Amino acid sequence: MAVKTLKIDDIDVAIEAGATLLQAAQEAGVPIPKLCAMKGISSIGACRLCLVEVEGINKLLPACVTEVAEGMVVHTQTPKLQEYRRMTVELIFAEGNHVCSICVANGNCELQDVAIEVGMDHSRFTYRFPDRGVDLSHPSFGIDHNRCILCTRCVRVCDEVEGAHVWDVANRGAACYIVSGLNQPWGEVSACTSCGKCVDACPTGAIFRKGETTGEKQRDRDKFAFLSTAREKREWTR
Amino acid sequence: MSKTVVIDPVTRIEGHAKISVFLNDAGDVDKAQFHVVEYRGFEKFCEGRPFTEMAGITARICGICPVSHLICSAKTGDKILAVKIPVAADKLRRLMNLGQITQSHALSFFHLSSPDFLLGWDSDPAKRNVFGLIAADPDLARAGIRLRQFGQQIIEILGGRKIHAAWTVPGGVRSPLSEDGRAWIVERLPESFETIRKALDIFKGLIAGPMKEEVNVFGEFPSLFMSLVSKTGEWEHYDGVLRFTDSQGNIVADHLSEDDYQDFLGEAVEDWSYLKFPYYKPLGYPDGIYRVGPLARLNTCDRIGTPAADQELQEFRSYAGGVPTSSFLYHYARLVEILACLEKIQILMDDPDIVSSRVRAEAGVNTLEGIGVSEAPRGTLFHHYQVDEYGLIKKVNLIIATGHNNLAMNKTVTQIAQHYIHGEEIPEGFLNRVEAGIRCYDPCLSCSTHAIGQMPLHIQLMKPDGTLAKEVYRH
Ligand code: SF4
Ligand code: SF4
Ligand code: FES
Repeated sequence: MAVKTLKIDDIDVAIEAGATLLQAAQEAGVPIPKLCAMKGISSIGACRLCLVEVEGINKLLPACVTEVAEGMVVHTQTPKLQEYRRMTVELIFAEGNHVCSICVANGNCELQDVAIEVGMDHSRFTYRFPDRGVDLSHPSFGIDHNRCILCTRCVRVCDEVEGAHVWDVANRGAACYIVSGLNQPWGEVSACTSCGKCVDACPTGAIFRKGETTGEKQRDRDKFAFLSTAREKREWTR
Repeated sequence: MSKTVVIDPVTRIEGHAKISVFLNDAGDVDKAQFHVVEYRGFEKFCEGRPFTEMAGITARICGICPVSHLICSAKTGDKILAVKIPVAADKLRRLMNLGQITQSHALSFFHLSSPDFLLGWDSDPAKRNVFGLIAADPDLARAGIRLRQFGQQIIEILGGRKIHAAWTVPGGVRSPLSEDGRAWIVERLPESFETIRKALDIFKGLIAGPMKEEVNVFGEFPSLFMSLVSKTGEWEHYDGVLRFTDSQGNIVADHLSEDDYQDFLGEAVEDWSYLKFPYYKPLGYPDGIYRVGPLARLNTCDRIGTPAADQELQEFRSYAGGVPTSSFLYHYARLVEILACLEKIQILMDDPDIVSSRVRAEAGVNTLEGIGVSEAPRGTLFHHYQVDEYGLIKKVNLIIATGHNNLAMNKTVTQIAQHYIHGEEIPEGFLNRVEAGIRCYDPCLSCSTHAIGQMPLHIQLMKPDGTLAKEVYRH
């Protein structure tokens, strides 16, 4: 197995070829904020939170989709990156309607976590207050588009892990939203197996179990890492 | 380094109030109007949200009695689920409401009102607050603060947080009472009893002598009273039936269900206030004036149902020589109610159901409309939701304690103005008294108009021709 060696924030790392910078950073114990990446599913670089600087390359690279290369010198905490990350989180908040105090995920939300991690205390951008809906047509689950950050974890987990491909992204730009089936109410999508993987995958309070009230959402955050080792290595213990 | 904290009297009313006083040709006060001039379309904001969120949302409109909204919202949610909640959940919700009434009444009496009683209406505003009270009577002030903490701690033990604990949910509550929690409550009860006894003694002394005038001037008028009572006519704070009584103590209507509130309660609108004016429909507007809250609850019930509080209730009634009708006696009623709450908490502490783990009924949307009712510290609270087949809110109506008392507050302000204002001057001390008159109702204006923020008290004195004679701002 070919191994690449590189430096992340002055720490020497050796990791197998083909790994991503995010994996290498995790290996080295260097925290990089992330939202759309999740163990057990493919990475797509949607949220841009994991941006890093690589010496010799004059643009910022998303760590979750950038492969390691021999001799790379990577910086994850430059003032520029910190500023960009905070701005990214602020933009995410300004884009949707996040009222944490009444949200099912309050206190157990990855968006809140990264907001704290990047030191955001308010958004400098004008809130858009978009007009988005809530779909409670599924017998067990609900989706509140107000809290969706378009990370597409639900889309990928449903397609790649469950194999049902219930979710997709419709439209473009600011008009993007997550659709179930052929833009049908979720409860009418016959492909849905009601497995609940999207509930566990969703980093925010956008997808939840029905009946959950403020701060009640519980998630199995490591379910997909477990499922992927179970499938690849046939190890079913956690 | 010393620090000066200046507390203006107005900071002790939640929300914001503007008062207009109208003079007649003889130069006396014809009427006064208590305007609530802030508004936030709160009901609108709930549309499209899952009904399960309503407890959390409504608890957020008021920082003082969020628990009341949680309870009322959960009861409304029970109806939408069409479930009967587990016995333990019923008792646990009661426990939380008792804690809430205790802490809210203790706040009203010790922190907000007793500085006026004990230090004097016209004492230095910078000292006429809880800090001044601590300086003047440290034992009483500390005991009062601890009594409030007792109520708050019950809420925290149950809900995990002092305020905004979304612990009551449609179908029941989230978690049972822990044995540790029970032990803490049991341990703190004796001290709480002692404090409320002391406060009752002090207040009874005041209204027997130095504060007789306040009893006669601060909202002494006949009106109806409305509150929940149990099916057997006992004092009630959580469930039961609605009863109206009059100033002679007659039962005007009994065994009313919250489901029919629109049949017996009308809501009038006046262009000078954002707060609606509910009235008892059979008597029309504004004759159908009624009061809710501590005074009303003590007037509507046949008895409280616990020995010490029942004895106090009798004394309360004999003090008034019949039905107590002065709004100044809200303060007295609050103290009697704290005693009732403590006794009821004690009874619950001995109830084995209270630590049961069956606390939540699960169900889906089974009815598309629900009306819930409960007694908040300040009075009867109604939540009314209409939902679609999936449980998304289509329409919300809330009637809040301060709203029910709107007509009575206006009448009280008028009475105080008539007593203290003669001619085109606003005498010294009027502001303090008018505020204190409003404070009898312990109104939370921010909540009853669903508004946020604080603004100054503003009094305008109007000549008979409608022009301004005098204007005072506080702040
Ligand atoms: S998903 Fe919920 S908890 Fe997370 S940021 Fe949005 S509103 Fe707040
Ligand atoms: S619903 Fe949740 S998982 Fe899906 S895109 Fe939105 S935030 Fe991501
Ligand atoms: S985690 Fe890399 S772009 Fe979202």
